[in-house]
Amino acid sequence: MKKSGPRLFFLRITARKIDAVPFFPAPFFLVAIAVGSTPPAVAVEQPDTCVECHQAFELASPSAPTQVMGHDVHAQRGLSCADCHGGDPTAAEQERAMDPAKGFIGRPARHEIPQFCARCHAEPAYMRKYNPNLPTDQYAKYLTSQHGKRIAQGDPDVAVCTSCHDAHGIRGKHDPQSPVFATNIPGTCATCHTDAALMERHGLPVTQHWDYSQSVHGQALLFRGDRAAPHCASCHGAHEAARPGVIAIGNVCAQCHGLTRDLFAKSPHKAAHEALGLPECEVCHGNHLIQRPTDEMLGTGPQALCATCHEAGSPGFATAQRMREAIERLKAELTRAETTVTRAAQLGMDVGEAQFEVHEAQAKLTQARTYVHSFSAQTLTPIADEGLRHAQQAGAQGYEAIKAFQFRRQGLWATLLIITLLAVGLWLKIRDLER
Amino acid sequence: MERLGLPAAPPPPPERREATKGAAQAGRLGAFFRQRYPLGGLADLLAHKTVPVHRHTVWYYWGGVTLALIGIQLASGVLLLLYYRPSADGAFESIRFIMTRVEFGWLVRSVHAWAANLVILSAMIHLASTFFLKAYRPPRELTWVSGVLLFFLLMGFGFTGYLLPWNTLAFFATKVGTEIAGTVPGIGPILRTFLCGGSDVGDATLSRFFWLHIAVLPAGLLVLAGLHVLMIQLQGMSRPLSSMGERSTPPPAASAGGGSAHSAGPFGPAAGGGAMPFFPNFFLRDLLAWSLMLGLVLCLSVYWPATLGEKADPFAPTPAGIQPEWYFLWMFQTLKLFPGHVLGIEGELVAIGLTGLAGVVLLVVPWLDRPARHGRSSWLVRLLGIAGLAYVAGMTGVALWLGAHH
Repeated sequence: MKKSGPRLFFLRITARKIDAVPFFPAPFFLVAIAVGSTPPAVAVEQPDTCVECHQAFELASPSAPTQVMGHDVHAQRGLSCADCHGGDPTAAEQERAMDPAKGFIGRPARHEIPQFCARCHAEPAYMRKYNPNLPTDQYAKYLTSQHGKRIAQGDPDVAVCTSCHDAHGIRGKHDPQSPVFATNIPGTCATCHTDAALMERHGLPVTQHWDYSQSVHGQALLFRGDRAAPHCASCHGAHEAARPGVIAIGNVCAQCHGLTRDLFAKSPHKAAHEALGLPECEVCHGNHLIQRPTDEMLGTGPQALCATCHEAGSPGFATAQRMREAIERLKAELTRAETTVTRAAQLGMDVGEAQFEVHEAQAKLTQARTYVHSFSAQTLTPIADEGLRHAQQAGAQGYEAIKAFQFRRQGLWATLLIITLLAVGLWLKIRDLER
Repeated sequence: MERLGLPAAPPPPPERREATKGAAQAGRLGAFFRQRYPLGGLADLLAHKTVPVHRHTVWYYWGGVTLALIGIQLASGVLLLLYYRPSADGAFESIRFIMTRVEFGWLVRSVHAWAANLVILSAMIHLASTFFLKAYRPPRELTWVSGVLLFFLLMGFGFTGYLLPWNTLAFFATKVGTEIAGTVPGIGPILRTFLCGGSDVGDATLSRFFWLHIAVLPAGLLVLAGLHVLMIQLQGMSRPLSSMGERSTPPPAASAGGGSAHSAGPFGPAAGGGAMPFFPNFFLRDLLAWSLMLGLVLCLSVYWPATLGEKADPFAPTPAGIQPEWYFLWMFQTLKLFPGHVLGIEGELVAIGLTGLAGVVLLVVPWLDRPARHGRSSWLVRLLGIAGLAYVAGMTGVALWLGAHH
């Protein structure tokens, strides 16, 4: 297949066919010219009998190869059926066109598909001609994945390239209709991973997709369309899909939560988790069903996770208690400040500076919550105290604004009284003048 | 007294002696000035100036109210100048500083903002009342012209002052306003470049608007307002045609009051076609109206203080629903209503042309209203005036409604 290359397959497709089959758009010519192929005048004379024949009997099937090739990335770049399946697309007779002697492979077996695709996709020199930015290590990664390992063991159930990318109507990963577009990935993985019979054969649960969709990450990606939110491949990898190891899970989360991971790595919990063989983040936050963390998770209360490991009276218990108290102090002061500043703003006062202080306090609260992962009250308390000062400053400014508002009202009434007295005096004077 | 053989008058009580002493000092001060300057004519003018009294007398006060509001604007504007910085980097921050850190800065800015609106409203009322009372009849044509020019100047104050806080609304409203100015046939591009100080609204525009707002327009205002008031003092106030037939009563003595002709309340006209002395009778009424207006400005400033909004970001997209100040809304709405092309001419140009023509017509009304020149009232002119007023009010109302339901 590699030997045919773009130059040869271009020769096999006629301009007449391009007109008749609309899935060969204008970029075809651009690609052809770019790779130095023969001018279109030569190509006009070459038919593609694969498309001609298959199109005739696939018209009734919308998902058939010739019906979906219009949006196929390979077809758009000028690749023909024969470039993957071999054979002679210039031959009018079926026997000659699909002659194994002419390299006809036909439909590869499921377990052959990764290798089938890798003939081109693992070949940097060839791929560079079409898409220099596309990696060529997918096959190598796939072989290291759970899917790759199992298929090598002869497991026919596992995912191959076409399970996720489709076979003929393949779309780029940035195409919103692609199964591997960010927001579609959980659904694509769920095609197999929610199949109870299939998963049961491999001893795997089927709740991951449901859990993920209820998680803070799933809500962001699936319901808010935030493509920066992590999906299955963000943590498990795409072609190299596998379970993260116990130690590696922290690194997986650190892709986004870098500071949290650094704090954890310097904390006393790091050594303890390693010693006990506990996964880092997962112990408290779970895996697929990760919920928005709450302050109740910290401390020694009934919902506090700290108390599940640290007994009352232990240093860890005391640290958890102090960290929670510092955060609660800041929250209480911040709530007071927000109430005061909002009231002042509702009264029409300019509280821009107080609002700035509120924002600073809110930022410190967020920072303090992150610094919980230092698991050190000495590290967290100064941050919370700084937020406390901003909140107190905001509250004081809001209170001053409310006081100023009251002063303005009282001052206005006093001024109006003087103006009224002046007006009455003038009116009496006018009456006196004109009596 | 002693020479006449009459007993000497008893010495006045101490407080009476103080009052007499004060009057004597004031008299001496007056004499000081009269010996040096020919103020006798002005004193005579004030002493003998009268104001017609009829059922429309109440409209006379709006000129004074407008003048008082201009005074408030000058005073509050001078105070704002102490802290205001006319640059894109500092304007917004300086206004915020005035509103939050300067003692009573919030009040000064709110008074300036509210009085800016009220002075336009007051000038509109004054202009409309003058139009319908046909006060522009000969020989007062130039008084009318100076008044209309003053009105345009006040609108110029509003347009230039609106940008000075450099907030989002002001920035984009000015952008729209200068773009409209740029479409004026012939001089449009030059006018826009002159106003903006470049190709678009920016730091140079703020400097130019500031220069116009505190130097050029005030100079023009002082000259025109001085002329306007001087012409009124020289010619006296016009008596409307409708009160010409009213029974004439002699003007009351300046010191003794005006008799029954104007005794129905402080602003009441009472019956009859008499007159009242300008000083002190009418002047005291003016003072009363000014006091009430001051009270209104203070109430509005305290209960609905001027807000500042967000600082202008020239690179941000134009926010939806941007509108100019309320007194420009009728023009803005007219521009929006016009179709793309009218008789092959661009609709916007037609709208701008018609608005400009309306301004010119307003300016030359004394010469267009020929019946009024001959002392007759014309129902057609009155009808056109009512139609014009209704159009302005209607378009303003539509624009406000659309803005509120955006």
